[in-house]
Amino acid sequence: MTMTSKQPKSETKIPDKNTPHPLLEGPPRVINVGLSLFADDLKKQDAEMVNVDWSPPARGDIELANLLAKLSYK
Amino acid sequence: MSTSFSLGDTIREANSEAVKRMLEAEPVLVDVVTASEAIPDLEEGMILHAGPPIDWDRMCGPMRGAVAGIAVFEGWAEDLSEAENIAESGSFKFRPNHDYGAVGPMTGMTTLSQPVLVVENRSGGNRAYCTINEGLGKVMRFGGNDASVIKRLGWLRDKLGPAIGSALRSGKGIELKSLVARGLTMGDEMHQRNVGCSSLLLRTLAPELSRNVYDRTELAEMLAFIGSNDQFFLNVAMVLGKAIMDPVCNIEGSSVVTAMSRNGTDFGIRVSGLGEEWFTAPVEMPEGLYFPGFSAEDANPDMGDSTIVETIGLGGFAMAASPAVAGFVGAGTPSSAADFTRIMGEITLAKNPEWTIPSLDYQGVPTGIDIRLVVETGIAPTINTGIAHRKPGVGQVGAGVVKAPLVCFEKALRALAMRLGV
Repeated sequence: MTMTSKQPKSETKIPDKNTPHPLLEGPPRVINVGLSLFADDLKKQDAEMVNVDWSPPARGDIELANLLAKLSYK
Repeated sequence: MSTSFSLGDTIREANSEAVKRMLEAEPVLVDVVTASEAIPDLEEGMILHAGPPIDWDRMCGPMRGAVAGIAVFEGWAEDLSEAENIAESGSFKFRPNHDYGAVGPMTGMTTLSQPVLVVENRSGGNRAYCTINEGLGKVMRFGGNDASVIKRLGWLRDKLGPAIGSALRSGKGIELKSLVARGLTMGDEMHQRNVGCSSLLLRTLAPELSRNVYDRTELAEMLAFIGSNDQFFLNVAMVLGKAIMDPVCNIEGSSVVTAMSRNGTDFGIRVSGLGEEWFTAPVEMPEGLYFPGFSAEDANPDMGDSTIVETIGLGGFAMAASPAVAGFVGAGTPSSAADFTRIMGEITLAKNPEWTIPSLDYQGVPTGIDIRLVVETGIAPTINTGIAHRKPGVGQVGAGVVKAPLVCFEKALRALAMRLGV
């Protein structure tokens, strides 16, 4: 999952279809969550980027995730 | 209060006790005696080995080589061929070291007449045992079994073992916790690097050895043997680990790992709240660097009880203390060593305040592996390991890093849930 931040805006306006979307007005600033492959590619392009090392609990195994919830340490 | 909340409390309290016992342990190297004296249940034809239970038909090459060699050493067979035939016939009893208060590196052979290091845990009141490190090159722990290997085992039994035993009995024993603490500040992680601790041990032993060994040639040979082996302390680190972890077993509800071990075929773990049951999965191949002339094609799968070192927060868990090891085992650059220790912090419950790492601003080593954290994060314990040649008798061909299989932890989690009525 890769999310791109909104660029700062001085005022709210409905974008004209002939003007670029505000997201494209400046260089992208990215938070990458999960697969580091996307982060690696962005890093190679010197993009401003933060990588969050995340994966689903128990590698996505629902049965184990349920057991973990019941044996929770939180 | 919901059921899950109560269970969480139960486990938290059990784990708190487990970590307390680990941190309060007082391991002291007190003696060297024959295995038959240390482990009265040992008998003729019984061979203790590394890892979870395994029989001859599933043993890897180096393990088979060591079995044949130790049978010749004990006089149970005239030669290696006869030893293999006896093993094939099912006449030897194979048992895990861990079931007898013992541990052994790589193949981990422990039999009646071998000398064993004795570590007493003065807080737990228990003792643990491990054979003496044989040195480098062709050795039985890597499956070596020729005449030179057998001869060295005889010298350990007849000369070095009794001499170290006398030296230790002459003194008050060697307190190991502080020795390991110093080793961490000297660049040791106690699995693939033991240069500092081996030197400290030799320095401590030398005066009493000199008082107890009257033949100067023999004394010189002993000092040279210890002094020339950077890994001499490894077996001491292992037995202190076993002495620390045995009192942590059988705490009802605890999800703390009490042993990780491998026999070259299976990787197994034990968990405090699940007693002596092994949770196993096929062992993985180490990834690492090979000595000149060898490659991954020569490598045997991971093997040995030495993962008890990681179980107590050393080895791969203390990689930050030992940047040189990160390069030696092919784990990355020296500057990346700290990452390994930080990541192991994600699957452990505490930091050991007495075993600290200077490069992490004296943060303690990650202590108390929680199977729940391993399963939730998918982060497998990192193990620094030597790599044996897959053929018996060749010896060590490299060093590397291997991950504990996650399946072991998943099986254990299911078993713990069942035991707790989930």
